[in-house]
Amino acid sequence: MSILEIKDLRAGIAGREILRGVNLTIAPGEVHAIMGPNGSGKSTLAQVLAGRDTYTVTGGTVRLNGRDLLDLSPEERACEGLFLAFQYPVEIPGVSTSYFLKAALNAVRKYHGEPELDAMDFLKLMKQKMKLLDMDAGFLSRAVNEGFSGGEKKRNEILQMAVLDPKLAVLDETDSGLDIDALRIVAGGVNSLRGADRGILVVTHYQRLLNYIVPDYVHVLRDGQIIKSGDKNLALELEARGYGWLEEPAGVH
Amino acid sequence: MPTDTGTIESLANKEYEWGFVTDIDADALPKGLNEDIIREISRRKDEPEFLLEFRLKAYRHWLTMVPPQWANIKYPPINFQDIIYYSAPKAKKKLASLDEVDPELLRTYAKLGVPLEEQKLLANVAVDAVFDSVSVATTFKAKLAEMGVIFGSFSEAVKTHPELVRKYLGSVVPYSDNFYATLNSAVFSDGSFCFVPKGVRCPMELSTYFRINAKETGQFERTLIIAEEGAYVSYLEGCTAPMRDENQLHAAVVELVTLDNAQIKYSTVQNWYPGDKQGKGGIYNFVTKRGKCLGRNSRISWTQVETGSAITWKYPSVILQGDNSIGEFYSVALANNYQQADTGTKMIHIGKNTRSTIVSKGISAGHGQNTYRGLVKVLKGADNARNYTQCDSLLLGDQCGAHTFPYIEMKNTTARAEHEASTSKIGEDQLFYCKQRGIALEDAVNMIINGFCKEVFKELPMEFAVEAQKLLGVSLEGSVG
Repeated sequence: MSILEIKDLRAGIAGREILRGVNLTIAPGEVHAIMGPNGSGKSTLAQVLAGRDTYTVTGGTVRLNGRDLLDLSPEERACEGLFLAFQYPVEIPGVSTSYFLKAALNAVRKYHGEPELDAMDFLKLMKQKMKLLDMDAGFLSRAVNEGFSGGEKKRNEILQMAVLDPKLAVLDETDSGLDIDALRIVAGGVNSLRGADRGILVVTHYQRLLNYIVPDYVHVLRDGQIIKSGDKNLALELEARGYGWLEEPAGVH
Repeated sequence: MPTDTGTIESLANKEYEWGFVTDIDADALPKGLNEDIIREISRRKDEPEFLLEFRLKAYRHWLTMVPPQWANIKYPPINFQDIIYYSAPKAKKKLASLDEVDPELLRTYAKLGVPLEEQKLLANVAVDAVFDSVSVATTFKAKLAEMGVIFGSFSEAVKTHPELVRKYLGSVVPYSDNFYATLNSAVFSDGSFCFVPKGVRCPMELSTYFRINAKETGQFERTLIIAEEGAYVSYLEGCTAPMRDENQLHAAVVELVTLDNAQIKYSTVQNWYPGDKQGKGGIYNFVTKRGKCLGRNSRISWTQVETGSAITWKYPSVILQGDNSIGEFYSVALANNYQQADTGTKMIHIGKNTRSTIVSKGISAGHGQNTYRGLVKVLKGADNARNYTQCDSLLLGDQCGAHTFPYIEMKNTTARAEHEASTSKIGEDQLFYCKQRGIALEDAVNMIINGFCKEVFKELPMEFAVEAQKLLGVSLEGSVG
């Protein structure tokens, strides 16, 4: 069974359709990249999958491990194993990163009928995961994303992904705002989380990130539809030629 | 995001749990106010002449005053002749110990979670409970007396330590101070009195619990706390009232005095009945709280969590008279439904090297209006005075309001004042972020509010932090994580 199965997904905002029939299937262990010019609907797709209610779904189905995703609230989707690494991670003043992560982890555990982790076990888990991302322990006591640099925010996203251990991770423009060193660390973290049971969907404008997180499949989204799919070489071609050349052969709309 | 906003509001709208009425006989004076009523209050309390004089002087001055209009609150004029100024639970006989307190009263306090019965007491909290106008019981009195700490009802202190009362009463809030404080000076019925002698660190938290029960009754209590040289005391105050459709007036006065090297920490969790969701009923809370750092190196801290009352009009202040003295004000004020809060502080720097810190967190929800009003005043002789002020407002929904009125008056060029302010909304972005991590909306809101209040909650004594957390419907863990 596939981890994610999107069929003819249509969604928009305030009566304007942005996704116009997206089809995509991700099997366990696969890394897919969605590329496309600005305004093509990439971020909308990520947000709709996570259940952001500013968007209205007008048609199609989405299944996560066979379960109808569109029926679930955002928190249920998260508990079912969908993780979104935000393009712009949000600051929560006064709430420490460790408290936030512990609340999240225990919410997911509770959902699955597992006992909550106590402070000691949680700390042990955190230390182990933070090593992956080259983060020091001081990080945990800082308020969530408050005063974080761009790189720290993105590392924090991947740390959360590592702790929550999702079935499907959607990375929304994770490379934006990162210098090359930060990009390496973040990509290294993501690569260490590739696994046979997990699907990863990388949403990105630039090919640069895909040098570090090498995808199995690359899809081009344009005007709310996937107009071309291929392997990692498609990304290189896009980098060299831009998106313009796809316009005529696509001709689907 | 209509659904989320609705849920946030319903969270903030939790039913008022303390709205029951205790069925108990009360001994009340007729409605209205005149010199005869004041003489009768004084007579019933068997007061010394100086106190009656104080009351009458205040009353006569009050007749020349009008209610203050400058606050950012709206309410119909109060008919001061339509209020009962004295109501006492009818006691069968004079109370000699806690065992003789009417069991109905004890049950009321038990319902409120006030551990009046000594055996149930948390090890380190001594409680004085004021029911309508009268103090009904004080616990741990004997243990405190061994250390020389005087703690009990104000009326009792008037009898046992008239010289102390006479010396300090009105020394911080003069009888002519303001409309409501002057009214209080004329009619105050009871309250708490605390005296910590030289060099004594009060070994337990002292606590007063205020309860308005009787109908159409105003509560006018008076609290006086004195810390002598090198003394320390931490004092807690909690308040509730039954749900009634008409508004009830609460006009208290609290005076604090610290001598050289002394410290008073005063914490309040105010949860008077706020009125119903349409804004009907609720307590009008017009309170004057002020501390005077009389001695050098002394320190007064106010920490308040204001969740109740239809109207809150309250400015716990510090007069920094002694050199090197420190004044602090930490506040969380919630205004929900049709609640109005106009609250803040005054820091008056008189002595040299005096320092003050103000941290105010206003939360507005529903149609609530929340105003911070603060004055930092540095007098000519206050060399090197320092103030730091931080005012943050958090809005839930789009019908509520947050307002900030910081005033700074500096008459000394070596003084410095810093002011920081922010207004934010609990954003859809924050909530979505939490939900995307699996955290339910209710927990997310709690977490965000708790984070917002963290700097104030950490100033509260442990027992009170728990109560404050319960009151805001938030989880304390969020602020200590």
